[in-house]
Amino acid sequence: MSEQAKVQGPLPVVPWLKGAGTNDPYLEGQKCVCGAIFLGERNNCSSCGARDQLTPTRLSNKGKLYVYSIVHRSFPGIEVPYVSAIVDLEGGGTVKGNLINIDPDPDKIAFDMDVDVVFDDALGRKDKDGNSYISYFFQPAV
Amino acid sequence: MSDVYVMGIDMIKFGRFPDRTVPQLGATAALLALDDAGLTIQDMQALYCGNLGQASAMVGQRILQEIGQTGIGVVNCANACATGATAFREAWMSIKAGVNDVVLAVGVEQMGKGLLGGGGGATGIPKEGLLGSGTMPAVFAEAGMEHSRNYGTTFEQFAKVSVKNHHHSTLNPKAMYQIETPLETVMNAEMISYPNTKLMCSVNVDGAAAAVLVSEKKAKELGMARAVRVKASILTSDPYSDRDLVMPDVNAVTRRAAKEAYEMAGVGPDDISLVELHDCFATAEILHYENLGLCKDGEAGRMIDDGEVALGGSIPVNVSGGLLSKGHPLGATGIANIYEVSTHLRGEADKRQVEGARFGMTHVIGLGSACGIHILEKVA
Repeated sequence: MSEQAKVQGPLPVVPWLKGAGTNDPYLEGQKCVCGAIFLGERNNCSSCGARDQLTPTRLSNKGKLYVYSIVHRSFPGIEVPYVSAIVDLEGGGTVKGNLINIDPDPDKIAFDMDVDVVFDDALGRKDKDGNSYISYFFQPAV
Repeated sequence: MSDVYVMGIDMIKFGRFPDRTVPQLGATAALLALDDAGLTIQDMQALYCGNLGQASAMVGQRILQEIGQTGIGVVNCANACATGATAFREAWMSIKAGVNDVVLAVGVEQMGKGLLGGGGGATGIPKEGLLGSGTMPAVFAEAGMEHSRNYGTTFEQFAKVSVKNHHHSTLNPKAMYQIETPLETVMNAEMISYPNTKLMCSVNVDGAAAAVLVSEKKAKELGMARAVRVKASILTSDPYSDRDLVMPDVNAVTRRAAKEAYEMAGVGPDDISLVELHDCFATAEILHYENLGLCKDGEAGRMIDDGEVALGGSIPVNVSGGLLSKGHPLGATGIANIYEVSTHLRGEADKRQVEGARFGMTHVIGLGSACGIHILEKVA
């Protein structure tokens, strides 16, 4: 074992965030021949049951807010409030994440509002080896 | 195949019992159910035990170590919040299969306080509050907001569910709480995950419930006066839907189960006198009025506004107080719901009795997902 852990970074917050550390990060889906889109690598489709028929597909950085909740109480150490959002991406794929740069107020958040997928440091969170991470976020479309 | 009957059923008063063990709580409920049936542990041919928190720790056998090690087969099962209903259904199935004539089903749970869900992965960094929220109040808030986006359902309408269920539990001495919570109290309680305030989240409690199930032959032998017939027992998992793996779909899994349950029972929603459904959060209850066919799609908000789902209404829902106020000991809930409906069908529900109850429905959802539905019928 080495004397000190090798610090890398930034690492992707999830395996399906590609291009971490480049100037062109994006989210990747796995698309089945039946049209279903999944997040993360897999062998089989849980919609139609096809085996080995999934291909990687670059997901759009544009989408619409499907639903959300404004979280005021979370686990110790997690800063609140934040907006937990489910977003349908243009061209397919549904992703859950934080909706940022918006007031955490139901009067300010609209269903179907246009959002952009943006990439940034994962709120300063580091793993036990000291690695930093890049995460994705949603924000109102500009 | 034989019809299956509930011959004995009971639950302990839900509460917090840090000085008792899980097997002790389960044993207490088991003895209550055996007494209710007029039978003993020596009469049981098998035990089906539901518990989540100690799923790998042989809870069923440890219950027998408390009340009688007769050597019968024990099945321990875990199925999230559908755990108790799953244990009951396994017991039912063993009689349907002709393997057993008289069996015991127990559901038991000891809970800590605080938020459930959102644990995240063991590697990397915590995802909670970074990739949205995996906490249960937020997950079910998002499920409720889908109803809001489709039908304009309001925060106030969701809050009315808690007003109703807390009111119901004032009539149920076995509920955790017997406290009225007016609308403004519910809406002004601490916001946990909009639109669920603290009073719109189910209560984490310790609890246990148990049932003695028997075949028709055995029921005739014992006497049918207080027997309750199990007309349908259904278990489903979540069928594929577009957002399901990102946003658990509690609707499709329930709709499928409800359809199969009505078909098995040979009855429809209009025949049902009362429903105990899975109000783990106030937002969830609204969804299930429609999922269970109690009203048409889009009418759930009107149902709560008009009081149709309150005691005295056309289809009372969660007259026990529900998970919101009776409490939600995960593994016990599925059998406790069956206890509640059975008590009404027996005409023994005292101040909260739904008059003339003939058929009743119970419904639980285990996120991940499992849905268990039972339809019960008054016999005598």
